[in-house]
Amino acid sequence: MTRFLRPLLVLIGFMLLSTSTLAETPFPTIHEPSDESKKCIHPEDEMRRNHMNYILHERDETMHEGIRGEPEGLANCINCHVEPNESGEIAGIETKEHFCSACHEYAAVQIDCFQCHADRPQKYIDRSKHSSSLRDQLQRTLAAAEAATEGARP
Amino acid sequence: MNNSKETAEVTTPVNSSRRDFLSKAAVAGTVTIAPGIFLHRTAGAAVADTDVSEIEASEAADMNTSVSTRPLDQDVSNKNRWGMLIDTTRCATGCTDCVDACNEENGLVGHGRPETDTQYIRKVTLKSKSTGHELSLPLMCQHCETAPCADVCPTGASFVRADGIALVDKHICIGCRYCMMACPYKARSFVHEAVENQKLTAPRGKGTVEACTMCVTRVDNGGIPACVEACTAENHNAMIFGDLRDPNSPLSIELKKHGGKQLRSDLALNTGVRYQGLNE
Repeated sequence: MTRFLRPLLVLIGFMLLSTSTLAETPFPTIHEPSDESKKCIHPEDEMRRNHMNYILHERDETMHEGIRGEPEGLANCINCHVEPNESGEIAGIETKEHFCSACHEYAAVQIDCFQCHADRPQKYIDRSKHSSSLRDQLQRTLAAAEAATEGARP
Repeated sequence: MNNSKETAEVTTPVNSSRRDFLSKAAVAGTVTIAPGIFLHRTAGAAVADTDVSEIEASEAADMNTSVSTRPLDQDVSNKNRWGMLIDTTRCATGCTDCVDACNEENGLVGHGRPETDTQYIRKVTLKSKSTGHELSLPLMCQHCETAPCADVCPTGASFVRADGIALVDKHICIGCRYCMMACPYKARSFVHEAVENQKLTAPRGKGTVEACTMCVTRVDNGGIPACVEACTAENHNAMIFGDLRDPNSPLSIELKKHGGKQLRSDLALNTGVRYQGLNE
């Protein structure tokens, strides 16, 4: 019996050892707004625990009742907490440096907000990389339609 | 219409000073104006001779009636019903200023697939079978009072807000696209691709249905939709935005004077978008 037990215990011990070292995932660094005079609208521990409830509540009120400008909106979080780093680059939600994804990645909680919502303050969003805009397309379509009707005329 | 420049300027300077407005209004009052066409503009000119304080009060009232004055911490109510009036006789074939403004405002980008790319507004050319008369018009969500999209939505994501704006709550839209089938105007689009770099005021994402929101964030903040703004700024003046419930709004005054048609009025949807000049 002990013949089997000993290596098993050694194996378990080894596994525990290795997982304990693996578990030391570095705690995420959370970006504090550079403007230190800015205080969050709620205390930090309150926000850590309940930010999702604030955002959810705000979401339905805004969408269906048109109530806007309350401080607990997603856009307000982003406006303060998402800023360019030293090299002037701004981290998107897909990177760990983004304020939201830093914790969410650590806690392994998936966020869907940014599938639709802007993940950066509007002033930092660069739209110039979109070359094929609907505008160009529409103009091409209209030109093609016009050419077609021109050609159809006797 | 050689006076169109002066008369148009009267309406465009949403941001210009009142004095500027009045001086131009006085100019407009002196020139010949095609009867009734610029009704709300001539109304502005008519008060130019009266006492200044009166003018400022009445002008302020006039401006306020066409945009939202609701405090943002209060619910929208059915005291307002936002709508639009489109004069197709002023809408030029091939002009896409409203469409461009809409795409810019809402961050709509295409993928080179016109069949499925999102469009909130599209330009439509109508041709009468009997006379051959052609006209061009912008077609977008008509913001029906009894909206078929909201009727068929299984989750309540499609709804008409109390002030008449038809919207999609993308948080609860499951992307089934029943509403797209139900809409008689083909006004809705489905987002097929992952979206990035969205506009702050226009969240949109893959797997949901979307359509013209009448620029709801702008409207709530006391503004006018981007398409109307662009059309006016470019001096086309084919679109008026305003409150259908307020008899003193430029929109209601113009509708009372010259009337306006609803597209597919046989469906009795009571649309918020009306058209003029749909002649055969």
